[in-house]
Amino acid sequence: MELGRVEGTIVSTAKVDRLHGQKLMLINLVNPDIKPTSNYVVAVDSVGAGKGEIVLVVRGSSARQTQSMQNVPTDASIIAIVDSVELKGKILYNKAKG
Amino acid sequence: MRLGKVVGKVWATVKDPQLAAVKLALMEVVDENQTGTGKILIAADTIGAGDGDLVFWVSGGEAVRAFPDKNIPSDVTIVGLVDHLNVSAS
Repeated sequence: MELGRVEGTIVSTAKVDRLHGQKLMLINLVNPDIKPTSNYVVAVDSVGAGKGEIVLVVRGSSARQTQSMQNVPTDASIIAIVDSVELKGKILYNKAKG
Repeated sequence: MRLGKVVGKVWATVKDPQLAAVKLALMEVVDENQTGTGKILIAADTIGAGDGDLVFWVSGGEAVRAFPDKNIPSDVTIVGLVDHLNVSAS
């Protein structure tokens, strides 16, 4: 999985039937220290993430393994909202502290 | 499967129900000499690895099937702890 920041939502009227009712988010992938990278991905949200939140993104066929994602044509899903990240004993990100 | 070194943790309260009680580890991908490649991924941890542990992990669709009783939405899963790495010096 990879860390990402929710940059915004994607509005789409014309889409395949199996994507109807799914929330599409624009995610900027970030490093463990939450510094942005140049990589973006559009992901289906199954956990109710909001703009600005740090989330976990899963890719490939694994992105279809959540209950709500069975048979949804997606290769990227948001599967968790991150509370904190610890690297080598140091807290690099804490949602409560921003 | 590939080798990795556990370097930290990620906590998340709000997550997919299938990931409930699954530990999330920050893991650096290492080469055959256990040298870090700089690539850090978040892995589902099935074995309770701790900081500094050398592990082996699976990616892609295989990472979904690491637990015997459930499929998890994971694309990187730690499936074993390395006790010894025997490499002949030739």
